[in-house]
Amino acid sequence: MQITSPAFKENARQALADPQLQKAMLHVRSGFIDKRQHAVDALPEFEALRESARAIKDHTLAHLDIYLEAYEEKVRAAGGHVHWAETAADARRIILDICRAAGARTVTKGKSMITEEIGLNEFLEKEGIRPVETDLGEYIIQLRGEHPSHIIAPAVHLTKDQVEADFRRVHDHLPPARDLSEPESLLGEARRVLRSQYFQADVGITGANFLVAETGSSVIVTNEGNGDLTQILPKVHVVVASIEKIVPTLEDMSQILRVLARSATGQDMSVYTTLSTGPRRPGDPDGPEEYHVVLLDNGRSAMLGTEFQDMLRCIRCGACMNHCPVYHAVGGHAYGWVYPGPMGAVLTPSLMGVDKAGHLPNASTFCGRCEAVCPMKIPLPKMMRHWREREFSRGLNPAVQRYGLGAWAFFARRPRLYRVLTSLAVPALALLGGRRGRFRHLPLARGWTKHRDFPAPERRTFMQQWREREVWKQEARV
Amino acid sequence: MDTRAPKPPRVGLFVTCLVDLFRPTVGFASVKLLEEAGCEVDVPMAQTCCGQPAYNSGDRADTIAIAKNTIEAFEEYDYVVAPSGSCAGMLKKHYPGLFAGEGMWEARAKALAEKTYELVSFLVDVMGVSAVKAAHDGTVTYHDSCSGLRELGIAEQPRRLLASVSGLKLVEMHDADVCCGFGGTFCVKYPDISNKIVEEKTANIAASGADTLLAGDLGCLMNMAGKLQRQGSAVKVRHVAEVLAGMDDGPAIGRGKD
Repeated sequence: MQITSPAFKENARQALADPQLQKAMLHVRSGFIDKRQHAVDALPEFEALRESARAIKDHTLAHLDIYLEAYEEKVRAAGGHVHWAETAADARRIILDICRAAGARTVTKGKSMITEEIGLNEFLEKEGIRPVETDLGEYIIQLRGEHPSHIIAPAVHLTKDQVEADFRRVHDHLPPARDLSEPESLLGEARRVLRSQYFQADVGITGANFLVAETGSSVIVTNEGNGDLTQILPKVHVVVASIEKIVPTLEDMSQILRVLARSATGQDMSVYTTLSTGPRRPGDPDGPEEYHVVLLDNGRSAMLGTEFQDMLRCIRCGACMNHCPVYHAVGGHAYGWVYPGPMGAVLTPSLMGVDKAGHLPNASTFCGRCEAVCPMKIPLPKMMRHWREREFSRGLNPAVQRYGLGAWAFFARRPRLYRVLTSLAVPALALLGGRRGRFRHLPLARGWTKHRDFPAPERRTFMQQWREREVWKQEARV
Repeated sequence: MDTRAPKPPRVGLFVTCLVDLFRPTVGFASVKLLEEAGCEVDVPMAQTCCGQPAYNSGDRADTIAIAKNTIEAFEEYDYVVAPSGSCAGMLKKHYPGLFAGEGMWEARAKALAEKTYELVSFLVDVMGVSAVKAAHDGTVTYHDSCSGLRELGIAEQPRRLLASVSGLKLVEMHDADVCCGFGGTFCVKYPDISNKIVEEKTANIAASGADTLLAGDLGCLMNMAGKLQRQGSAVKVRHVAEVLAGMDDGPAIGRGKD
């Protein structure tokens, strides 16, 4: 997928001017925030669970190599194959080889952000293999030739009317007069259309919410059941997962599951939690003949031991973007790559380079709501600030900003000079503000006055007035 | 036997650069509230800014220089109090991290952090103030500024003190705890996004029916006042300290003498 993160500002401008998107984004606010709050309020131990979830992941990351190798051994023992992919290109090649060996012409896909990260669909299409997305949201955006705008609700940028129009356009074999006015009717239609695809597919590809070292299991959580059909019906099941998805034990997985759905959708649990361990065994009623796991690094191991390691605790619940005022304003596509919102603002520069994704960690008010709701207690604002520091030290931010900041810092570091300068400038500005007490236009502050008035200073600085008061008090004593 | 009253705590007022330059009334209101609570207030002249503009722009060297200046300027006081959750949060939550592993400076930063408070939370949580002697005729709504709320846990304290202001009616707006879109340099780096966020805020303010908007941070207040005034709103905007100190007879933020 093409990266448009460097054009974030332009993307944002377009998003703000898009009435359909703005209408759709209202749903993020109404649909997620209250539900999460209710789920959290109903569970007194939620805070303790967050702490425990964080500890599990921190421990795992500290011993990542050991748990990954233990996991690999268990998968192999269960008859599965493990493939290590250092880069996105490696992963694509491995998956293609598996598909080719299976003679695959169609693959079904469960919802997976990792396959978005490696650009798998475009790649498979180019190689003559048809990928079919089976998650409703993913299916919708595949019909539209788009990418997800949210990590758990990929089509959240669309209104129901837009989806209905797409279904009528693409499903042209169905009666035109059918009723698609309810979301359930859209889901039902997608289900019916997809049903035959599951049986046509030679390979089913899913992501993983967890990989469990203790058992060699891959775990997906879904609400539609599409993931189960994707991984059970075809001859070959391929799991694509990044290395930080590993947890040591089933007990650890269960702990984190308790915060995952609550943080994501406000459900106590997702409707389906499905564990897959190796291919179908003799006597199993169903399951694939082959089971492959592609373990993707793609820059993650380089985050270990750096100030960005905490980001590897992320379990992709989406709570940070659901609570982000910037995400609400511009939607996910403006971020210009796979991962939007606060988690994307930290992860994208790690994976793509801060020179390409520099806008993302800057486009935050540091309101801290993302960190406050993160079930894994990832200090997202702090890490965005780390990216700003790296940018600053490499001289990547705009010259105007650097000079402005440099001039301000010069005075802020020199209190006496600062006092002299401000005691001259402030009364002058107050005078200019006149009787209205504010400015509609102000040179050098156009970013501010484009959309708002600028309040004028009251009269003189506090420090000028305070000093006079103190002198006056002294004299009164004498 | 020593029958003298205990020595009043010595408070160094961290005025904050925005209050110093734009809204001295907030500084004097802070002094008044602190003195009424029994503190002895001083304002060290060597202070400038807490350093957030540099800190949040990734300029660590300037941030550290400014932080050292602040630490030195306030070392002699029992408490450091700022009429801003954002600046108090900077001193309290971020200064120590700037000097991590640097021995003496880390210890000095931690000592400063421990005695630093935002004004209203200091009055309530440290000085035990539960009511103020002020009157305000009208309906106000209170915006929870992000740093104060999420870094320092300030939510209940200002509401408790406002409830004691005679004649004042407090109405809650929808999403009072959601960012106003100011974000320091964010609002000028990404003016269009900031505008979208503050528009949501002013819509909520208008819907509350309040005639006055209050908050504890001047940056947020200037942002919201500027937007309200651009929209032609009649809502007046003030720092919460102005109302609590009974110093709300002058023009509101961004309002002239007309």
